[in-house]
Amino acid sequence: MILAVLTVAGTAAAMGLRNAVHCVLALTVGFAGVAALYLQLGAQFVGLTQIMVYVGAVAILAVFAIMMTHSPEPVKQPAFSSQWFVGSIVAASVFAVLAWEIRSGAAFTQGLPPQPYVTVQQIGDALMHHFILPLEIMGLLLTAALIGAVVIAMGHEEEMK
Amino acid sequence: MTHIAQLAQQLDRIFVLAKHWLLGFVPSAAQPICSAILSVVPVILAFPLLFAITTWLERKGLGRMQNRYGPNRVGPCGILQPIADGIKSLTKEDIVPITADHAVHFLAPVLLVAASFMGFAVLPIGRNMVIANLNAGVLFFFAVGSLMELAVFMAGWSSRSKYSLLGAMRAIAQMISYEVPLVLASIVVIMQAGSLSTVAIVNMQATYTGIWPHWFVLTPWGFAGFVLFMVAATAESNRSPFDLPEGESEIIAGYYTEYSGFKFALFFMGEYIGMFATSGMAITLFLGGWSAPFSFLTWIPSYFWFFAKLLALIAVFIWVRGTLPRLRMDQLMNLAWEFMLPMTLLNLLTAGIWHFMPAGPSRWLVCSTMVAVPCILLSRGLKHKKKFQVHTYHYSE
Repeated sequence: MILAVLTVAGTAAAMGLRNAVHCVLALTVGFAGVAALYLQLGAQFVGLTQIMVYVGAVAILAVFAIMMTHSPEPVKQPAFSSQWFVGSIVAASVFAVLAWEIRSGAAFTQGLPPQPYVTVQQIGDALMHHFILPLEIMGLLLTAALIGAVVIAMGHEEEMK
Repeated sequence: MTHIAQLAQQLDRIFVLAKHWLLGFVPSAAQPICSAILSVVPVILAFPLLFAITTWLERKGLGRMQNRYGPNRVGPCGILQPIADGIKSLTKEDIVPITADHAVHFLAPVLLVAASFMGFAVLPIGRNMVIANLNAGVLFFFAVGSLMELAVFMAGWSSRSKYSLLGAMRAIAQMISYEVPLVLASIVVIMQAGSLSTVAIVNMQATYTGIWPHWFVLTPWGFAGFVLFMVAATAESNRSPFDLPEGESEIIAGYYTEYSGFKFALFFMGEYIGMFATSGMAITLFLGGWSAPFSFLTWIPSYFWFFAKLLALIAVFIWVRGTLPRLRMDQLMNLAWEFMLPMTLLNLLTAGIWHFMPAGPSRWLVCSTMVAVPCILLSRGLKHKKKFQVHTYHYSE
């Protein structure tokens, strides 16, 4: 419960704060809250990987992007937009649809199955046997992304020379 | 069992027995939380004490290496110098720039110290002496390490100073670049041990054939992995020769330029504690954790061996700091991406071959050549790209 409140507060602050860097740091608190929720549910590997990837890499990426682009002064716009009434109706209806779907889903109607104790070994086995094709495709995708980043940076360097 | 062996075993378990005895005074409802507190408090007391001793050791050691005395006024041989430093940093005025982001400026050293201390939770300091026996202990350690980078960014950005921002960007680039060889060098050990749990990794290394232990550093891939891990650990904690982001002659003090007094002391402590945690992880992964170096020395308690190895690694850190010149930023990044990353990947291949070859001198030969030859070839190849020659500077005609 505490973790859920922390996560929601972090992400709400990420939307509501003025200073862009404060927003990213609040989002990082939200990420950490989600990781703590994973750990509380017993998924050690996913929780720790969430911290390593989201807090350690994605948050740093976001702050680098803000550092390179934004000016340090906070924006002069008001925190709540002028169409807040319609926005709140849309948000409430989306929440209602999602909550109804979750309540009528399998976890609530048929009861929860016993909690599986998943070790990292099982995750590795599943990745190497059952999910080998998605793993290889993701490796290919990441290699393409890395090469693309290097090409873009190299092209920029040649321009600067 | 003989009387001496029984005494040695009791001495080895003295902290575990003390904790159980203290827990007996607590009602059983509060026992889990008191057990956690009793595990954590010795770590929080012992490692800052080790930090204080290390500052003294470093200043004396560097002084002797630079042909001077080091601190020798405060107490015999300057041994009370850390206390003097502590009093100084506590009584200095806390200056925060007026344009600084006060909330983030305050939280940055807090986050750094908290993240550094969290790394000790998975290190087995003695037999049965680990705070949290996580199934994915090594992953927890690296996840916590990535929190330190965020703290560095927070420090550099919130100070609103050009030196801080430049230093923070360099520091983060360095820490992210060296995290890749750090994790890859430790994956070799995880592959061989078959587990991410630090306790399982140390237990695998605590056995002996004859007098020789089964430490992973005593194998070709383990030795290469250990060297790569230590170099990456030096870069991760921004230690010389990788301390360009905080070098005093380069960038004033980098990301902690605008910090004074106690916050500066917290940064200093966070960096050193991070260094101890990474050394502890190197000891756990490669040097056999709490196990004795020879089988006839197992009567000495396990926690003594852990701290002895930690002190040896700290001495090596101080030695390297006093010996090697500082690397420039592009040299630093080139080292990470062009030398260490291929070496760690080759090390992975070598460890795989070691695992599948039958035990004997042939796999020693194959794996040693697989590690040594690419290292020599790669370093020579990378050196030829840059022409090292004697420069003569003429200042006046």
